[in-house]
Amino acid sequence: MANSHEAVAEQFDDMPQQIEASTLGMWTFLATEILFFGALFLAYIVYRHTYAQAFALAGRHTLILYGTINTALLLTSSFTMSLAIHSAQEGKNKPLLGFLLLTIFLGCGFLLVKGLEYHEDVHEHLFPGAHFTRELPAPGQIFWVLYWVMTGVHSIHLAAGIGLLAVIVWMAWRRRFSSYYHNPVLISGLYWHFVDVIWVWLYALLYLINRH
Amino acid sequence: MQATTHALPHGAVAHEAHHEELGFWRKYVFSTDHKIIGIQYGITALIFLFFGFCLMMMMRWSIAYPNTPVPVVGPLLEKVLGADKGVISGEVYNQFGAMHGTIMVFLGIVPLAFAAFGNFVVPLQIGAPDMAFPRINMASYQAFVVGGIIMLVSFFIPGGAAQAGWTSYSPLASAVATQGQTFWIIGMVFLITSSLLGAVNFLATIIQLRAPGMTWMRLPFFVWSQFVTGFLLLLAFPPLEAAAIMQLMDKVAHTSFFLPSGLQISSLGHISGGGSPLLWQHLFWFLGHPEVYVLILPAMGIVCEIIANNTRKPIWGYKSLVYSALTIGFLSFIVWAHHMYMTGMGTKISTFFQTTTMIISIPSVIILTCLFLSLWGASIRFNAPMLFALAFLPMFGIGGLTGLPLGFNYSDLHLHDTYYVIAHFHYVVAPGTIFGLFAGIYYWYPKMTGRHMSEFWGKVHFWTSLIFMNLIFQPMFAQGMAGMLRRMADGGANYSAAQVPGAIGGLSPMIMHFNQTISIAAWCLGLAQIPFIINFFWSIKHGKPIASDNPWEATTLEWQTPTPPPHGNFEKAPEVHRGPYEYSVPGAARDFTPQNEA
Repeated sequence: MANSHEAVAEQFDDMPQQIEASTLGMWTFLATEILFFGALFLAYIVYRHTYAQAFALAGRHTLILYGTINTALLLTSSFTMSLAIHSAQEGKNKPLLGFLLLTIFLGCGFLLVKGLEYHEDVHEHLFPGAHFTRELPAPGQIFWVLYWVMTGVHSIHLAAGIGLLAVIVWMAWRRRFSSYYHNPVLISGLYWHFVDVIWVWLYALLYLINRH
Repeated sequence: MQATTHALPHGAVAHEAHHEELGFWRKYVFSTDHKIIGIQYGITALIFLFFGFCLMMMMRWSIAYPNTPVPVVGPLLEKVLGADKGVISGEVYNQFGAMHGTIMVFLGIVPLAFAAFGNFVVPLQIGAPDMAFPRINMASYQAFVVGGIIMLVSFFIPGGAAQAGWTSYSPLASAVATQGQTFWIIGMVFLITSSLLGAVNFLATIIQLRAPGMTWMRLPFFVWSQFVTGFLLLLAFPPLEAAAIMQLMDKVAHTSFFLPSGLQISSLGHISGGGSPLLWQHLFWFLGHPEVYVLILPAMGIVCEIIANNTRKPIWGYKSLVYSALTIGFLSFIVWAHHMYMTGMGTKISTFFQTTTMIISIPSVIILTCLFLSLWGASIRFNAPMLFALAFLPMFGIGGLTGLPLGFNYSDLHLHDTYYVIAHFHYVVAPGTIFGLFAGIYYWYPKMTGRHMSEFWGKVHFWTSLIFMNLIFQPMFAQGMAGMLRRMADGGANYSAAQVPGAIGGLSPMIMHFNQTISIAAWCLGLAQIPFIINFFWSIKHGKPIASDNPWEATTLEWQTPTPPPHGNFEKAPEVHRGPYEYSVPGAARDFTPQNEA
């Protein structure tokens, strides 16, 4: 059992089958994630359609500077993640560790900036509830509820991704990976890119629409 | 170890390497072996099924004899739930109703049909040594248990469990002042996670781990049914998870995702309004309708296996079955709004969903027809699993056909939310799916334990269950058509008294009298399960030992293993040479030819 991380798991015939199965597993999992976010996007579309004007007004209150910095951070992290995967495929452990740590660093940066942005949002009374700003029409609150839920759920996903990469770093530190076995790096990368892509959508829907 | 795993057959190596070192906890509680997980799922789900049925037996007392103390368990209800003098109040009735539905669907049938049988049987039938992701499999079971515990705990919090029905329509769900709904949502998130992990695992396993020679068209139909079910869970559950989180926000953070403007309900506090209750219903039924096929498809798969085995004939129209199951899987995603004709979503949308609903009945009829035709000219073995499988056909038939008037929006206007609806879907899932599941238990029990369940008590269980099931649900059609609405704690006594009997909308004494008949039949059905429960546990140690590893003389791979199958399943990695149902092949030495026989 001690070696089972390095070996082909007993239920698979060989490494290619194991890689194919775990990649397939991650893709099917991502399919559920897409549907999960799909429902949130559906809610967004329904309410944006119903309250077009209020949404346009409310959307202008999002802090585009923070959003843009975060988009840059996350896109860069996807790039470093790809480099990490490349290093793993080449069997180069040191660059692998470096790029993974860099990816985690960028991810943490995203969360930090997001935290600052949340702080400012609360300060501006953009948190739904009794103290919600009076400057916006009532349905504007629905936009902001969607903002908090969608970015909140996304941040939780990102935090989970950071945890996942921390495990991968630990495994790389223990020299578990080689050009033969680096499956976990691949599928963690898939997840990371997915979280990145979701953000791109959120960025467009929450920050960019109706911005003049 | 990694070197040897390649060269030697899976079973042998794995068996040697792991068998000795596992203690009790690793082997039975935190197991990663698909067979143990299947059995864990099965027993937990059976307990939940029985619990859910107990809730209903208590509700039936309230319906038949409203405002009188419940006999036997009355003092218990008083002590545990604070029911005054052991009388079931409206609030307690609503809790029981909501939790009956939730438990039966999410904690009973789905785990039993999909997770339990799927886990135990699918890897064996495709010739795999285990599931593709054993640890995810274990996590799936653990999430299921946590979800179940949260649901059960919710009975004991102040105000009790959720009261808004298993469908949890907003704004009702948010307006109930107690926290039961919060527990329900959190419990559901765990159950959904469990199902999603399971679905990912099944799809990867069936796609990747089929034995050499096990082509798609050689898969037993049960595997196909689980495959389609996996897709349904995978795609239908996540939107509900998102919707559940939105409803949770409505409940705890006072947002207005599903709460319209102008609500005057004090328990809601300050809300902005402007949300759409209809959005919840769309998201719920986008899960809810595929869920119906999650409930029924595995049972169809089980019934197909058992019919092929006990008619000793190939299944009639195997390919039609497969394509029908796939068609059902696809169509089940575009029929959901037929649950919502009464919401005022508009006649154009109603017409669309009415059309797709009629279309989806076609593949269901094809499946049923294939199974019926398979019986033609067979010398049938009438053992306990076969009896349940045979009864599935007409019972599911009744359930399906009575669904057609509900699928047309004009007849649904009259029948919506009446006992007719209850009778319809219970015919599908109770004498339908649950009979299929009983059939599966009697059929695969020898492979799990090495012993048969008692045939005699199995038949007693079958005949009594069949009779009482029909006595329960058949009169409900009449009640529903007479206009009796569902979810009334007193079974319509007040409603009926307020009207002139015989007038339109009034309920005649005969219709009201059915309440008692049905309740008595329900309690008898409860008694009829006692032989099954005793038989199930008694046979583990004392049942008739099986004569061979393949006691039913079946063709599929799960019977070509040692009994019970060891860790790694097969002594020699199987190779598949033929289709799944080669029974009574002309010229063959025996009347069955196993799939791995060259």
